[in-house]
Amino acid sequence: MKPVFMTYTKKDLINLAVCMVLSVLVIPTFITTEYWYTSILIPWLCLALATIGQQIVMGYTGQLALGAAGFMAAGAFAMFNLILRVPDLGFVGSLIVSGLIAAAFGILFGLPSLKVRGIYLMVATLASQFFIIWMIDKFGWFKNYDSSGIITAQDIVILGKPFTTPLAMYFVCLAVTTVLTLLAMNMARGSTGRNWMAVRDMDIAAESMGVSLLRTKVQAFAISAFYCGVAGALFAFCYLKSLEPVAFDIKLSFKILFMCILGGLGTINGAFIGAAFILLFPVLLNAIGNNVFHGAIDATIISSIEQVIFGGLMIIFMIYEPLGMAKLWENIKQKWKTKIPSSTNLKSSLSKKT
Amino acid sequence: MVDELLFFMEVLVGGLLAGTMYSLVALGFVLIFKASATFNFSQGAMVFFSVLAFVGFMQDFNIPFVLAFILAALLMVVVGLCTERFVLRPLMNASEDTVLMATIGLGYVLEGLAQAAWGVEVRRLDLGIGDFPVPWIADNLKLFISALDITAGVVAAIMIIGLFLLFKYTKIGLGLRAVADDAGAASSIGIPLKHIMLLVWSAAGVVALVAGCMWGARAGVQFALVDLALKALPVLIIGGFSSIPGAIIGGLIIGAVEKVLEVYIGPFFGGAIEGWAPYVLAIFFLLYRPEGLFGEKIIRRV
Repeated sequence: MKPVFMTYTKKDLINLAVCMVLSVLVIPTFITTEYWYTSILIPWLCLALATIGQQIVMGYTGQLALGAAGFMAAGAFAMFNLILRVPDLGFVGSLIVSGLIAAAFGILFGLPSLKVRGIYLMVATLASQFFIIWMIDKFGWFKNYDSSGIITAQDIVILGKPFTTPLAMYFVCLAVTTVLTLLAMNMARGSTGRNWMAVRDMDIAAESMGVSLLRTKVQAFAISAFYCGVAGALFAFCYLKSLEPVAFDIKLSFKILFMCILGGLGTINGAFIGAAFILLFPVLLNAIGNNVFHGAIDATIISSIEQVIFGGLMIIFMIYEPLGMAKLWENIKQKWKTKIPSSTNLKSSLSKKT
Repeated sequence: MVDELLFFMEVLVGGLLAGTMYSLVALGFVLIFKASATFNFSQGAMVFFSVLAFVGFMQDFNIPFVLAFILAALLMVVVGLCTERFVLRPLMNASEDTVLMATIGLGYVLEGLAQAAWGVEVRRLDLGIGDFPVPWIADNLKLFISALDITAGVVAAIMIIGLFLLFKYTKIGLGLRAVADDAGAASSIGIPLKHIMLLVWSAAGVVALVAGCMWGARAGVQFALVDLALKALPVLIIGGFSSIPGAIIGGLIIGAVEKVLEVYIGPFFGGAIEGWAPYVLAIFFLLYRPEGLFGEKIIRRV
């Protein structure tokens, strides 16, 4: 397809317009219950953003990392301290700087990726997860010497205006997510992304073609951690409205890993699909438990079943479609598209013969 | 001075023996890695699943100790059978990373199943061995060492010798090594891949059960076992993924270093550095000796 605007085709622009209209106009006018914003839309956007971070390092660069929640924690607590100690920075400035702080951790713990891969790298990134959480937990300064363990997040104020209603917070998350998603898409389709994918597909070949492994891998880890850091800050300030290291434990890292893999490795839209699935599926299961069985099934059993299903889906996807739900969607679209022309071709060829 | 030295010895020995508990978990990883070159991330979940089943049989159905242990072991064989049939066989030609992710999924399934069947509350497991200092050692050597730690050490030693002999001197062991080296070549000369896989996964399941019993007796049978089992990963990196002695030495190193650091350096940082110290140690090993102490050198062909 011919590019219409810069390198974007008409289809890209239409997709963007549809998404924007849906999220800015349709959702705010039709969804009025707070529950949807506070429990579904806001965490969805935050986690999707973190999943994009995981995608960059895992889906695009092919490095098996398992420490997204650690970087999220770094971002969240950096944000808390920046607003507390450097109020002049403002919300957006703090958000960017806390992302950069997370990125610094990403670089530090991404360095082992130069020497090791696969499960070995996973262990190295686990170190970041445990270390960051421990550091925040043990040094009172990060928590402003709060002894209660749970700190209330400051209100979001942008240019003197408070953003405290669920809808306002949704717009904050939406704006940040939109900007960063577009940025990620651009990086993925530009030379940066091509370098990432070259490293993923065959690092030795990439190196021999002049792609610097050091640069590419460290860059991927830094950008990934930046995304996770920003996502963590939003997660704490817009969704949890509190800061506690326990919220960013290894379970969240696994959750993001699942979002990334089930959604579809190496796709940006997969991050959104995966995050939506992992978030909505438990809601659906609970609804079934409450409405069909009228609470006859214990809530702990439902959460166990949910775990079994997530794990089972992971296995099934690995066997039948390792590229996840995004690819599944792609396949369905492809089938739909090829069906129509092929049948018309067949008809025309048949009519020519007779 | 003597007191300090004694205290250090106590910390060290305690750490070493606690390390054998990590070794027991790591052993299961090594077994599967050796025979199929796949990394089984669900080993921690298998530990949790097996011991919860064991305790569940005993407490919910009043089955006697020995019978419950055998039943739990049989259950692990069934788990191995299902894993081979429904996870590994379809993924025969998939890349390492794909299989690894599938085993993460398998871990989730096992954790979920265990909790759905036996509940989420912490259960006590009484092996009849107390987790308190052995009087004889305390009196004569002035070292306070838990009886459970010593039992774990002995059990680990027996299992290692057994597995070592199995791998080195039996026909099955030879088959296992052949499959690990080149599954395609092994099956072409008539080594039954399916049986080998089933055997290995069952063995890993039983090892997980034993490890679970030790951990369960100490910390209670609970979900936290899965996180504890994650510590077997640094153990493997230090010892090497494919080496049974490596799993033991790695476990000992991790156990000793983490305890010594915790006692002597921990107080300066507010404690609880046990949580990450093993992983950081593993990173240093990765930088200087990525194949671990006893592992085979990793060679990647272009």
